[in-house]
Amino acid sequence: MWSGCRRLLWGRPTPVRFPRSPPAAAGSGPVGPGGGRAYAPPAERKRFYQNVSISQGEGGFEINLDHRKLKTPQAKLFTVPSEALAIAVATEWDSQKDTIKFYTMHLTTLCNTALDNPTQRNKMQLIRAAVKFLETDTVCYRVEEPAALAELQKNEWDPIVAWAEKRYNVAIGSSTSILGPNIPASTKETFVSHLASYNMWALQGTLQSRKPCFCLVWRKNTRFSAGATWSGPMTMISVSCALARQLGLSLFTSVQRARL
Amino acid sequence: MAALGSPLRTLRGLLRELRRASGPAGRPYRDTAAYRHILAAFRAHRVTSEKLCRAQQELHFQAATYLCLLRSVREQAALHQEYHGKGERSPEEVAGLVGFSLPQQPGGKG
Repeated sequence: MWSGCRRLLWGRPTPVRFPRSPPAAAGSGPVGPGGGRAYAPPAERKRFYQNVSISQGEGGFEINLDHRKLKTPQAKLFTVPSEALAIAVATEWDSQKDTIKFYTMHLTTLCNTALDNPTQRNKMQLIRAAVKFLETDTVCYRVEEPAALAELQKNEWDPIVAWAEKRYNVAIGSSTSILGPNIPASTKETFVSHLASYNMWALQGTLQSRKPCFCLVWRKNTRFSAGATWSGPMTMISVSCALARQLGLSLFTSVQRARL
Repeated sequence: MAALGSPLRTLRGLLRELRRASGPAGRPYRDTAAYRHILAAFRAHRVTSEKLCRAQQELHFQAATYLCLLRSVREQAALHQEYHGKGERSPEEVAGLVGFSLPQQPGGKG
């Protein structure tokens, strides 16, 4: 399997079929109940457009799929404030081959969330909800035995905590008790004010990551490139979050000077 | 702290990913807006009088992040294609496994 993985990831651009793959692709519709084929999700949409382009409207940049404007799931017009983000989203749509795989379009998903705000939370609510996770952050919870695991935790997680403490000048600490670390209120205030400095787009991008130790690790991630300890999808999602945050943040600073 | 490496490597990686991601090969990837934008951005920030240009580093960092995203998406899609599971059974099939069949409810559930 590993040689197969290597071949997949580093070999020639993907060959069309593998002899071992199941006879029907993942996107095929369900066969009848007696057919013996497992249920598959409803057939994916085919790519119904040829060209993807961006154009500038009053609210920002919009995406056009073959003269039709892209809309969010709540039927609002899909408008992004920065051109780089618009081009990235257009590239995502353009890179869909025969069928549209929505699970590969991470930036589009993040932009939709930022535009629609389906949970109807304003900025402070989002920030407070996120900072609540600081107390239960996985990175702060250590075990005492087995010793090898305790050692591993110390080696991998202590640098992260130390970095966060140094960067934001706060005290976090780690704990082996069931109650977790005792985080002083000043620490929380520091994080609240730091998060409040992002605009709404950057905030949505940053806080989308639901991983339990996101509170510290997303901050590390914005400084470090994706570490080897992360699995592929989480890397990608956190990277897309970091990217959205940067693009939103760069917009924010530019608007401050001049004007996701 | 991960060193970003040289901007040239990032640029080459980005262009390579764009080439791989380009859609049904109607137009070459050089026509796409992303290609032009990336090249223009890199060229604009190439020459700077300061030794440590913050905008240049920011751009490089953003570019490296975007490259990581593109690469990860492509690899995940390939892995999924190769190793994806069969999916779940529908409720009808599950009932059929033990010999039951679901009741017909023309008005919907509940």
